[in-house]
Amino acid sequence: MIEVKNITRTFDGYTAVDDVSFSIGEGETVVFLGRSGSGKTTLLKMINRLIEPTSGEIYIDDRNIYQEKPEQLRRNIGYVFQNTGLFPHYTIAENIAIVPRLLGWDKERIQQRTRLLMEKLHLPESYLASYPHQLSGGQQQRIGLARALAADPPILLMDEPFGALDPITRVSLQKDFKGLDELKSKTILLVTHDVQEAFELADRICLMDKGRIVQAGKPAELLFHPVDDYVRDFFDDQRFQLEVKMMKPSDHEELIAAFDNYKNRQS
Amino acid sequence: MQQESGKLLQQTYEHVGLTFISLLIAILIGLPLGIYITRHTKAAGSVLGLAGVLQTIPSIALLGFMIPLLGIGPLPAITALFLYALLPIIRNTYTGINGVDPLVKEAAVAMGMTRWQRLFRVELILAFPTIMAGIRTATVINVGVGTLAAYIAAGGLGEFIFGGIALNNTNMILAGAIPAALLAILLDFLLSLVQKMSGRKRRATLLVMPLIFLLFSSFYVLPLGYSSRLLAGFTPEFMGRSDGDIGLRSVYGLKIRTVVISDAVMYKAAYDKRLDVISGYSTDGRLKTYDLLTLEDDKRIFPPYYAAPVIRKEVLEKYRELGPVLNKLAGHINDSVMTELNYRVEHLGQTPERCARDFLVKEGLYKAPAPAVEGLVRLGSKIFPEQYILINMYAMLIRGYTGLQVDTKTGLGGTKICFEALMNNKIDMYPEYTGTALLAILQAPADTVRKLGGDRDSVYDFVKRRFNEKYQLSWLDPIGFNNAYALMMRRSQAQQLGIRTISDLTTYLQKSKL
Repeated sequence: MIEVKNITRTFDGYTAVDDVSFSIGEGETVVFLGRSGSGKTTLLKMINRLIEPTSGEIYIDDRNIYQEKPEQLRRNIGYVFQNTGLFPHYTIAENIAIVPRLLGWDKERIQQRTRLLMEKLHLPESYLASYPHQLSGGQQQRIGLARALAADPPILLMDEPFGALDPITRVSLQKDFKGLDELKSKTILLVTHDVQEAFELADRICLMDKGRIVQAGKPAELLFHPVDDYVRDFFDDQRFQLEVKMMKPSDHEELIAAFDNYKNRQS
Repeated sequence: MQQESGKLLQQTYEHVGLTFISLLIAILIGLPLGIYITRHTKAAGSVLGLAGVLQTIPSIALLGFMIPLLGIGPLPAITALFLYALLPIIRNTYTGINGVDPLVKEAAVAMGMTRWQRLFRVELILAFPTIMAGIRTATVINVGVGTLAAYIAAGGLGEFIFGGIALNNTNMILAGAIPAALLAILLDFLLSLVQKMSGRKRRATLLVMPLIFLLFSSFYVLPLGYSSRLLAGFTPEFMGRSDGDIGLRSVYGLKIRTVVISDAVMYKAAYDKRLDVISGYSTDGRLKTYDLLTLEDDKRIFPPYYAAPVIRKEVLEKYRELGPVLNKLAGHINDSVMTELNYRVEHLGQTPERCARDFLVKEGLYKAPAPAVEGLVRLGSKIFPEQYILINMYAMLIRGYTGLQVDTKTGLGGTKICFEALMNNKIDMYPEYTGTALLAILQAPADTVRKLGGDRDSVYDFVKRRFNEKYQLSWLDPIGFNNAYALMMRRSQAQQLGIRTISDLTTYLQKSKL
């Protein structure tokens, strides 16, 4: 449902995204994984035209996104920022209501949807009248998520959404995120440099380096069948935990092999 | 006193109105302009640069530039104030909007807001405190610079300030300065409250503010005094002297609509038909330049102003040769000669020095400067060309005929400032006029003045005697001309209306009211 064809983006001679192509099916969760500067955020921002490509095309549902008004495009795509990006002069309720208001929803519908999201994200309704600066970082990020989901968009873009949180809050939020059933029908593109997170949330992972996709596929594919040394080395630090994650309780032999491997590498 | 408080109220109204009209226009133009340059950064440099240059121009100079373009009165005043208020508003709008957290701006884009939606729902609101600070600055500037409006007949609290300076009346100065300062402080405070507002209160205030601004702007359009067919422009000094506006009203019963205006501007204004009657001096060169007629003072409210040097007695005794040298000029200049000399400097653009020298040469009085050997004589003068010319003549005479050093201190403001400089031994001599000495310095009571009867010799003798007794100051021989206060009109208009004397003027105005 999202078709990216030969997308390139250069800044003043520096190539951030280098001739990237891929497709994403409806309902898939694709994680773009890579180090800082690999081009993953730039690529993400070209999906909703926050950044325009130097060359190439992007199709959503077979529609060329450059042929419609960017505002229209963006209202149907939810976007979550790493540092919330909440409007400081809007209350929580007003922040969540931004896109629905732009789409012309009536007050009643907006209120219902807002209450629903607050409940799903385990936030008390009393927060609705507060301002962002009055909440903690974790709570603000939940609001950011609620805001992105408010208009029930079919596509969700997330730019290192849990990156600014402490490890404890991060895990809690990831759990709540996975528990949101409405996400099951959404197409999600998530950018992160956190390997664990990628393995936790992804249907498919695109590993990026220097503006290119080095390997794309299911998490297990990248882990067990890396196409080159870069991919293999990328996961080496956490290989043991990741392999364990992939296993079933009955995979005893695989477990022992993985453990030996880990211990050998340590010494 | 009551009259003064009424005037104060009127001036305050005018000042508020002036401030707000120019502020309103500056906001209407500056705010959109500031928004524009946030989008077109190439233009930002030149726009901010231009507004900055405008602000760097000293306010009086800016006002001066306006006059040949826009004349006198409210229009140039409002224009000058508007130009002054532009920079803070444009700049603060620009920095305010640019200072909005880029992440919030990006979020607004990501949500799908259009440019205008981002501007009005996000950027302007978050930039509001900064923009408001700019408006505050502009307001305070306007109140301050607005005091200059009185210079060009645009009213405001400057009238008292300038009048007080010219008459050396501290109370009058404060009567204008204190309300102006309080006005600035009050407005700054109120706007600071608005600046700190947020949420609902702010939205409500922002809706009401334009209406309040409009209301205050309307003050300026309040009627000023009474209307009459003719408009008079008087200097602040003329307004305050008993031999000036006050005498006109009490002795002649003259009822004419008056604006206060500076001497520098009023003659041209009369020529340009923006004023019909002006106060002035009977030897002013501009009479010739602008073809103005002096109205005869048939009821003799303006005493004679016979010119002569006034000098500290001790200086005269210390340098015995000084007196005769200074008296060399006596009798060489009559009214028309002085007018001609003034005309040369003012209209033909000669320097006072050149004019003085040419005249001395012509009269056979010029002698090349001898080397200065001993002593120092300090000459003072008031701030109009006639005085500069005379002082240059005296300086040349002293340098040519004596071995004394000469130091000139020109530009000593009004009469009282010169006189006090003389009394405080800051200067040794300056040229004064008998009428001024009688009324402004000695402040002789009304019946003394009447007894002297306007005869120039008796006034001179009286003044000479009193100055000697009271101040140890000597009056040297009269130079020979009479530079009296006078009312003037365009010659063509005066002839057309059949007005030759001030009584004629009074009668004309009375008739036209009926």
